[in-house]
Amino acid sequence: MISLGQYTCARVSLGLAGDSLPTRPLLDYRLAHARARDAVHFPLDAFSLSQELKQRNWSFLATRSAAKNRDEYLRHPDKGRTLDAASATQLAALSGAPPFVFVIADGLSAIAIQRHAIPLLDQAFAALKFIPNDRNPIILVEQGRVAIGDHIGELLRAELSVVLIGERPGLSAPDSLGVYLTWNPKRGRTDAERNCISNIHAQGLPYDRAARKLTFLINEARRRKLTGISLKETAALPEPGA
Amino acid sequence: MSRYRTTLGSRVYQFEDLKTLLAKATPLRSGDELAGLAAHDAEERVAAQMALADLPLQALLDEPLIPYETDEVTRLIFDTHDSQAFSPISHLTVGDFRDWLLDNNVDGETLKQLAPGLIPEHAAAVSKLMRQQDLVKVARKLHVVTRFRTTVGLPGHLSTRLQPNHPADDPRAIAAAIVDGLMLGSGDAVIGINPVSDNPATVHNLLRLVDTIRERYSIPTQSCVLSHITTQIEAVTAGSPVDLVFQSIAGTEAANASFGINLALLREAHQAALELGRGTIGQNVMYFETGQGAALSANAHHGVDQQTCEARAYAVARHFEPMLVNTVVGFIGPEYLYNGKQILRAALEDHFCGKLLGLPMGCDVCYTNHAEADDDDMDAILTMLAAAGVNYIMGVPGADDIMLNYQSSSFHDALYLRSLFNLRPAPEFEQWLEQHRPALPQMMALLSESRS
Repeated sequence: MISLGQYTCARVSLGLAGDSLPTRPLLDYRLAHARARDAVHFPLDAFSLSQELKQRNWSFLATRSAAKNRDEYLRHPDKGRTLDAASATQLAALSGAPPFVFVIADGLSAIAIQRHAIPLLDQAFAALKFIPNDRNPIILVEQGRVAIGDHIGELLRAELSVVLIGERPGLSAPDSLGVYLTWNPKRGRTDAERNCISNIHAQGLPYDRAARKLTFLINEARRRKLTGISLKETAALPEPGA
Repeated sequence: MSRYRTTLGSRVYQFEDLKTLLAKATPLRSGDELAGLAAHDAEERVAAQMALADLPLQALLDEPLIPYETDEVTRLIFDTHDSQAFSPISHLTVGDFRDWLLDNNVDGETLKQLAPGLIPEHAAAVSKLMRQQDLVKVARKLHVVTRFRTTVGLPGHLSTRLQPNHPADDPRAIAAAIVDGLMLGSGDAVIGINPVSDNPATVHNLLRLVDTIRERYSIPTQSCVLSHITTQIEAVTAGSPVDLVFQSIAGTEAANASFGINLALLREAHQAALELGRGTIGQNVMYFETGQGAALSANAHHGVDQQTCEARAYAVARHFEPMLVNTVVGFIGPEYLYNGKQILRAALEDHFCGKLLGLPMGCDVCYTNHAEADDDDMDAILTMLAAAGVNYIMGVPGADDIMLNYQSSSFHDALYLRSLFNLRPAPEFEQWLEQHRPALPQMMALLSESRS
């Protein structure tokens, strides 16, 4: 029996039971799908996340999007892009106009946030020499989509928003984290105006490389006062040792 | 006063225009709810279906849903309408049309003659009155056969697109997935790669890779690298081995603009592919993908429900006599098709409407992990589509597309359908398989040669 599996991570050489899929690969597939499904519906554990933030003395503000629950979040993408009224009022009360704002949103995988957001920020904040404080706290969002950073950035009059968010779970990784940067964030920004670092998880992009890339993009965005396609095309990321 | 109305007991339901009537008559789906077009409740939906059943088919020709002046898809639909072909059913209402389609004396040949007389809105309207078994039964009468190096769509046959995607466009990984698929009898509709990068050099290398494999092993099939159409036109100009030209299309000019295309660009690509003359037994050179919700997601739906917008995309497709058309039915996500039930209904509607309008319909039977669906739902869709006579489905290793991050149908799924319904691959490909299957493991040699 040849194994094509040495050449690809695709599900090849699965064998046959009659013309059908044998039991073992059938159950492997089910397990991967089960994990992805659980990741979509696993609620953000805001309490344990806030405990970790407190341990580090990082200021934060817990908020919610206008989507009341996961069902509404899935059916009405627009609601996940807007803060609810109470959260918006809270944010508007902050003194505002920070150079950047860090947002942590559950997105489609709260597990990704739970596992990877803080280890990534540990490294990124150290490199940026930044400690979240009462004037520039981390904004935690439940039921948030990427564009929630636009609403938050607009309310705070931030120059740049950095949104850490759980990506849509795939069968290979239910806990993949993405980071989106948007210069001059305000409602109505398009994806072409953002830069993204995706695929941050155990088998994907490691924390140190993701943090280096993030720090680099933040500095470049602030220096050139833009994000999006024009930043992506011209900004060459220094590789380790370069 | 509204022109469309139904009275149920003491309650009068009114529908202010045709697009409202069509939207409210549409079986429930999340995309129409998201757009604010769906019926308010189940009773209003049936009331709209009753009013729609009484609507003369002619009414849909009298009043475009999206203005002729502002939408080139509308212009294409009306400028190419064949009123002679329409005349046998011109006196029917939408409800009569459903009964007529189900009549056992109305056969595939009659429907084929009718196709140029139908506009997408006719197909969409009647489908909204039909049960799923109707969509299966009528579609089964229709055989749309196309040719390039294989013949796809013959009665008693089921083809597959072999989809060997890889997240890094790694040639060796892609070759491994191709070999795996060929060994399981997949790839007779097309070997089609979705590249991660739209970079011309990547697209050229992938086209060369598949062409080399195909030539060396004399595989009767066609290839495609599903990059943007402008990249493929460039590839043709640069002398890359382009068989089928691919593009995603939608049912409104504005939605197509969001894909960066228009009819003129499609004409240019079609002409370029025809001039290459690479088809050996036929000249169907285009490959289109569609899917309900595309127009709404581009905010380009003009208040028209997503299923009618989808049917309008078929008017674009049929103008270019494509080799393959498939609806990527569950890819777009739960805000458009929420669960397995809605994905199933949409798959059968799309297959029916496409076939009725004269298209070689296949289906990417698929779902994402945030939809309320799983492989059991896909089994129901696959089985009903095969019963309906679908031309082809996807063949993805283990149903798991590691590049696009969604689940489609597997090589095994095609084997299941072929054995269940006694279906065979395209004749040219089947003959090749019979001769070469024992030697296929030797194709592994190819893997050590291709550079990673």
